[in-house]
Amino acid sequence: MAYEIVLPHVGESVTEAVISKWLKSPGDSIEKYEPLVEVITDKVNMDVPAPESGVLGEILVNEGDTVAMGAVIARMETGDSVQANSDPKPISSRIGTLVQGANVGPTGGEFTDTSLATVPTSATEVAAPKSETGSRNYSPVVTRLAAKHGIDLSTVTGSGLGGRVTKKDVLAAVESGGHTELAPVSEEDQVIEPTPIRKMIAEHMVRSVSEIPHAWSAIEVDVTGLVQWRDKNRSEFEALNGVKLTYFPIMLHVVASSLRQNPKLNSSWQDGKIVSKGQINVGVAVASASGLVVPVVNQADKADLSGITRKFTDLVSKARNNKLDVTDVQDGTFTLNNTGALGSVWGGAIINHPQAAILTTEAIVKRPVVISGPTGDSIAVRSMMNMCLSFDHRIIDGVEASEFLQSVKNGIESITADSDLK
Amino acid sequence: MPELSVIEAVRETMRSEMRRDSSIILMGEDVGHRGGVFLASDGFVDEFGEDRVIDTPLAESSICGVALGAAVNGMRPIAEIQFADFVWPAINQLVGEAARVRYGTNGVKTAPMTVRVPYGGGVRGGLYHSQSIEVLFAHTPGLSVVAPATPYDARGLLTTALRSNDPVIVLEHKRTYRLAKGEVPEEEYSIPIGRAEVKREGSDISLVTYGLMLHYSLQAAEMAVGQGIDVEVVDLRTLRPIDAKTIIESVSKTGKALIVQEDTPAISVSSEVAAIIGENCFFDLDGPITRLGPPEIPPMPFSPVQEAAFMPSPEKIFDAIVRLAAI
Repeated sequence: MAYEIVLPHVGESVTEAVISKWLKSPGDSIEKYEPLVEVITDKVNMDVPAPESGVLGEILVNEGDTVAMGAVIARMETGDSVQANSDPKPISSRIGTLVQGANVGPTGGEFTDTSLATVPTSATEVAAPKSETGSRNYSPVVTRLAAKHGIDLSTVTGSGLGGRVTKKDVLAAVESGGHTELAPVSEEDQVIEPTPIRKMIAEHMVRSVSEIPHAWSAIEVDVTGLVQWRDKNRSEFEALNGVKLTYFPIMLHVVASSLRQNPKLNSSWQDGKIVSKGQINVGVAVASASGLVVPVVNQADKADLSGITRKFTDLVSKARNNKLDVTDVQDGTFTLNNTGALGSVWGGAIINHPQAAILTTEAIVKRPVVISGPTGDSIAVRSMMNMCLSFDHRIIDGVEASEFLQSVKNGIESITADSDLK
Repeated sequence: MPELSVIEAVRETMRSEMRRDSSIILMGEDVGHRGGVFLASDGFVDEFGEDRVIDTPLAESSICGVALGAAVNGMRPIAEIQFADFVWPAINQLVGEAARVRYGTNGVKTAPMTVRVPYGGGVRGGLYHSQSIEVLFAHTPGLSVVAPATPYDARGLLTTALRSNDPVIVLEHKRTYRLAKGEVPEEEYSIPIGRAEVKREGSDISLVTYGLMLHYSLQAAEMAVGQGIDVEVVDLRTLRPIDAKTIIESVSKTGKALIVQEDTPAISVSSEVAAIIGENCFFDLDGPITRLGPPEIPPMPFSPVQEAAFMPSPEKIFDAIVRLAAI
């Protein structure tokens, strides 16, 4: 007769086991107590013996599967004398049938019942619940709270049975912004709750650094001509355009056209593919009162210098006054960061995920520089600036990074006091 | 405010209500000259006379049937069942008839009767003086079933029962009769049927219970404080209709539910409470709905050792709290 082989309980705290290896195949004849299957529990590895003699039938769980103790793992056929370990299914004649329209009234004839429902005959197998360890048994409230607060449950340490993440754990994670426990601090230390924008920046930075393999390159640019051009054209430009002329929009203008020549720098690694962006939308990092924001100069390669300057000035002013809206900060394809404004001369910026690269313009400093000319080398005082590039090494190699930097350098150094920049 | 036992609260409530309303009569086995086996009506026959305090034959079907007839015809009878274990002969009068009077007469007649039923174990009563019989009545639409566990609730709910125009089964736990004492105001008050009460506020586990188990659960909740577990104890007080709102509010807050009862758990009040929680609190649950009750055996055992093994105790409840809290 058919006999169901169950995974026996082996100990109080052991609730599940991994099926390691079946020692018999369907159709094999097996003797009672003969090793049938190897299983691995968190306590022991063991052979499960055959519960009866007979022929092994269907194997219900694959090697490598995790199975709860007591679950049916295989079927076998035994001699008729063996009592099945589960109740036999009652035969339908014993259950009887219900007759549509039978008289079931209190006096046996007045009330005709037509309410019997038709039960579909094809019974669907109900899948056995998947056995899981405590740490992955998320209760309804835990999943609901995690979804509501955007908590990644895999990052939450569980304090429940078997490491289960409890409601309290999730609430603690919400309180601490995703981290369950604060390492002990001394009494002199001060614990500061980050502002929401600080938390977002933190999250964004972690994501960028953990996803993007950063590589770095830097180049020295002689901006003497640029400085002279600005000195010469500043008052006329400002009178004409009504905005202050700084170096940054000029560099942005050059960078935008270099990006057009080096499209790999203006791309994005997405799901294993490189997406080369059609538009050149350059984000500019601005320190605002509430934190770092990166408004975007859209289609920077299509605008002339006065257009870029006006747009840039407008964005900076909005950023400083907390007036940026979503359209001002989205769709960036590359980021330019003027760390030089803070006096920095070198930096290794973190890429603005999911872009491919970020470029910093460092402080302009006057330095003695060796100039090679037709009459030999001479030393001159020049205005010099470093530009530092962080790039996604999945997309860009050193060669392309250098070509881009060289292109920017050439663009800037070609500017002289007499250039006709529009 | 005087401190009364449950039995004293029952006695004083019946006395003051019988003084107030001459249509209230009391009938039952030995309720007259003996004053009731638990002395709930001690001295009543002297004050109210044999016409209003009636010693009946040993026939619960007759006690409840006569009470029903009186109720339908304008009296407000109190039927005392000596022990809940003996109520079965009156099932037809209560479940089959009293529960259906208002419905069956389209509201022309009602049955304003109160059936007082001393129930429950832990009193060395053995097979015939210990049963929990609440499920059958609590299952029956048309009946109200209250199970006060404190003197205050006993007075408030019995007052409401005696003034109700429909049949009310008042379950009085025998062990609480003289065990549970508490302050009861001298002035008149009533407690609405169908309102549970949070007897102890807590944040970690909602413990839903009633009857004697309320007192054991409150003790267990205090024991759990030492484990850092904060238990909220909800006293159902009414078993029909069950106060779903209070249960839902509590469990939605704590995320874990433990239901404790003295009755055997299968198809019981705890089944219903578990269903209410499952249907209404699913997305707030942080652990399995857990029930604690005695083993599924026919009677309360007589042997003290076995009776103790059968009855939930503060220690058993404490263990269940600790296990549920750890999940």
